[in-house]
Amino acid sequence: MKRNLTCIICPRGCSLEVTIENGSATVTGNACPKGAQYGADECTHPTRTVTSTVRVANRTDVMVSVKTATPIPKDKMAQAMRQIRALRVDAPIAIGDVLAEDVCGAKLVATCPIQ
Amino acid sequence: MVYDVGIIGAGVVGGMTARELTRYRLSVCLLERENDVACGASKANSGIVHGGFDPEPGSCKAQLNAPGVPLLFEAARQLHVPYRKNGSMVCAFSAQEEAVLDELFERGKQNGVPDLELLSGDEARALEPNLSPAVTRVLRAPSAGIVCPYALTIAAVGNAMDNGAALKTNFEVTAIEKADDCFTVTSSDGETVRCRYLVNCAGGYADRIAALAGDDFFRVIPRAGEYLLLDKAEGARVSHTIFQVPTSAGKGVLVSPTADGNLLVGPTATEVETPDAKQTTPDGLRAVMQLAPKSVPSVALRQVITSFTGVRASTAGGDFLLQASEKAPGLVHAAGIDSPGLSCCVSIARRLVELLQGAGLVCADNPDFNGERPDTHAFRKMDDDARDAWIQSHPDYGRIVCRCETVSEGEIRAAIRQNPPARDVDAVKRRTRSGMGRCQGGFCGPYVMQLISEETGIPLAEITKNGKDSRMVVGRL
Amino acid sequence: MTEHEIVIIGGGPAGMAAAVAAYDRGVKDVVLLDREAAPGGILRQCIHNGFGLHKLGRELTGPEYADVYRRQVEERGIRVYSETMVTKLTPDRVVVAQNRSGVLRIQAKAVILAMGCRERSRGALNICGTRPAGVYSAGTAQKLMNCEGYLVGRRVVILGSGDIGLIMARRMSLEGAKVEAVCELMPYSGGLTRNIVQCLEDFGIPLYLNTTVAEIHGARRVEGVTVAQVDENRNIRPETGRYIPCDTLLLSVGLIPENELTRDAGIPMDPVTGGALVDEMRQTAVPGIFACGNVLQVHDLVDYVSDEAELAGQGAAAYVQGMRRESQPLQTAAGEGVRYVLPQRVHPDADGDVSLFLRVKAPYGRVRFTVRAGDEVLATAVRLRAAPGEMEKLTVKHDKLAQAAGEITVSLEELQ
Repeated sequence: MKRNLTCIICPRGCSLEVTIENGSATVTGNACPKGAQYGADECTHPTRTVTSTVRVANRTDVMVSVKTATPIPKDKMAQAMRQIRALRVDAPIAIGDVLAEDVCGAKLVATCPIQ
Repeated sequence: MVYDVGIIGAGVVGGMTARELTRYRLSVCLLERENDVACGASKANSGIVHGGFDPEPGSCKAQLNAPGVPLLFEAARQLHVPYRKNGSMVCAFSAQEEAVLDELFERGKQNGVPDLELLSGDEARALEPNLSPAVTRVLRAPSAGIVCPYALTIAAVGNAMDNGAALKTNFEVTAIEKADDCFTVTSSDGETVRCRYLVNCAGGYADRIAALAGDDFFRVIPRAGEYLLLDKAEGARVSHTIFQVPTSAGKGVLVSPTADGNLLVGPTATEVETPDAKQTTPDGLRAVMQLAPKSVPSVALRQVITSFTGVRASTAGGDFLLQASEKAPGLVHAAGIDSPGLSCCVSIARRLVELLQGAGLVCADNPDFNGERPDTHAFRKMDDDARDAWIQSHPDYGRIVCRCETVSEGEIRAAIRQNPPARDVDAVKRRTRSGMGRCQGGFCGPYVMQLISEETGIPLAEITKNGKDSRMVVGRL
Repeated sequence: MTEHEIVIIGGGPAGMAAAVAAYDRGVKDVVLLDREAAPGGILRQCIHNGFGLHKLGRELTGPEYADVYRRQVEERGIRVYSETMVTKLTPDRVVVAQNRSGVLRIQAKAVILAMGCRERSRGALNICGTRPAGVYSAGTAQKLMNCEGYLVGRRVVILGSGDIGLIMARRMSLEGAKVEAVCELMPYSGGLTRNIVQCLEDFGIPLYLNTTVAEIHGARRVEGVTVAQVDENRNIRPETGRYIPCDTLLLSVGLIPENELTRDAGIPMDPVTGGALVDEMRQTAVPGIFACGNVLQVHDLVDYVSDEAELAGQGAAAYVQGMRRESQPLQTAAGEGVRYVLPQRVHPDADGDVSLFLRVKAPYGRVRFTVRAGDEVLATAVRLRAAPGEMEKLTVKHDKLAQAAGEITVSLEELQ
């Protein structure tokens, strides 16, 4: 099976052609090794970093921005969002604070400080 | 309670009428269907104070226009509303059009317009260098001017309220009954207001209000006019209001500075189905863009910051319809107030008071009346030292919320507190100019919503753009 | 009147990086004037990731990237005036600002302009129709969502495929809104490829090219929009009109450098970039006034903003320290296929290599850029592709520049 993708590792946006045979991927069109890795991963187990916000319970109308510390499977983004939306946290919060231990396999960390 | 006078419609005529009535010992209540005053034709028009040479001599418009101009400027001065006596020019481009100018000149003299003059094209260009070289002759009316129409309405209502008048917004009249010399006016929410006399200043809906009172004798013909508003960088393109002679091919459009320093071009004139038909159209905007450069070829139309449509409330006769109802004694109509309605708003208000007196209203002087309204733009007019001193005692004025128009938090809070109180984003915009600049509310919008919420207690999710269902957001995350 | 050596207007990524660079070059009396309650500028609402790959070698979100610089500013003890709005700038570097404690008048030895940009609004586009609630510029919607925690709409059409619009398409989709379409007037997207992939394709959101919003419907709140295709002159083809019900229209139709202060100070501007004309250290034509970041040219990557701000910070510090260039600067110019080149003038005796930033006029495949001064080739570079949405950077070597004479032109040629 062949798939054509645009590499998103950097703004260069290389056009990749990925060939998958017997579960292993061969990538062409990449300008760097990261592109080959991306092409292979995107066709076998695509992942995304999810960024969102969480309501701060002990502040009025304050949101803390968050991200999954590592990428999660792309098909679990909706599930991750349900988990994130249900979350309530208390300030003070520092950048990097872990706000949830397991969101679809990743830690959820704060990306902005709340006094 | 029973008010002495109820006024339906808080536009510029309703507002000025309320203000005139508070000069007397009278209780007055303004009824407005929208969430704020000045939401109809008073919001979206040219803002021109016409000299008065246009109306047919002897007409109601002719009687009220020229004498109304100094009254309007005096009111604007007392109410601290931005205005400028910049004068107007009507441009002719051919011998045929020059003949029209001669006619207008004669008419103007009959109507009592002061200081009218006919200028050659070159004489006019000496005063107004960006005028087209194709202009052959100009009728100049130095007495004409410009005023901010919604600021005038807001200030008139505010001043009336400061002098004791009441304002009920979101009061859409659905029934009018008269019994025992008293009108009972009912709103769509079932609220009632009782009053002995009633003034119909309902603009585009004046015919429906008349019909509710059993006095169904005229029709409002809504006519839409589309405009383009240009950046302040274009505000000095012309200093006069520049009209074109109406021709068989069309009415022509005006190019004018506004009282706030922008440049306005428009309007079109298209009959529409309802007074709410406030959409802009490709044809309308194209027509304005094509016609404006005829008189001022250098106008930079790419500097457009917004476009809008206003709907005139005309009537078939073409004249103002100011009269006491024959079928419902105590009711007075002010209908068909299209151009030059703004120019005549004070003289119309005074005519309406006379009509009410004729219908039996007793007007005893109110010794407490104060026609001056505090200047809501005092802060922006201060120099740096005065600002510094003011901020020391009013720190909210130190924080700028709208950067395009340099509007402070203090001014926005004041606009929400002062009469008539602002309750939505557009109401704050009309009072403070916050959101009226180049970014059109992109930066200040969220802050304005927060301030309205803080001041009024309305939850942020319920804040509207202009009342009713115009919510800014759909909910919390 | 107080005095400071360097006053920086704007506390976003450009202002912070400029402050740090100036300080590190030995000018300790630097103050930052910022409009917002906390420094960081627009990055504070850009909660998505993708920042810092070039500059910091790791992928951060906007608030994290801002925090890196906020710490650097704080560690150096650089004074930040928050909620402070500059209202006036004179050519002799008097800065007037106001905040809750009053009006500040500062005489600066050097000023760095770092006010950023604003979004083009609906009015400037002249979209016909009504004026209901629910028409937002994408950045305003982003602020309401990411900073205030409100959902601006449930059924959305986005006009413009600029990066903020694409980012908001994903953000609103993640929060449960249905993004019906992204319409782009041009035949190509103005956004970064990674955003097309991750923000649209991931969520099955259609991107319609050569398409615009012809009319907005709805009396109080948006009820729908008519979208239509445009011809090669960008005029609407009414017969292609199609109604899409929605409650929100987001506009992501371009950014405009915020140069009101710059213009009022009489600083000469470049009509193409919308920013000031500058030299390689980002000094404007008014001595001692520098500019960097989106107020100078709209960038796609904050990493380049930081780089540019460092140049301005170093340049301002050198200016305060009395350094003046002796040589006559050479003008730069956009040649074949190139829309603009920045800086607009370069001193041949500049310190070190000089980077030229440019945008191309249209999308291309493989291209070669050539930098020439007269007949002399100063630099060439080959790119696999070039697009108007992606800023290019070309470096001219110090020794080549030192010998250059005449106008410096950058042009491109397509390669097979």
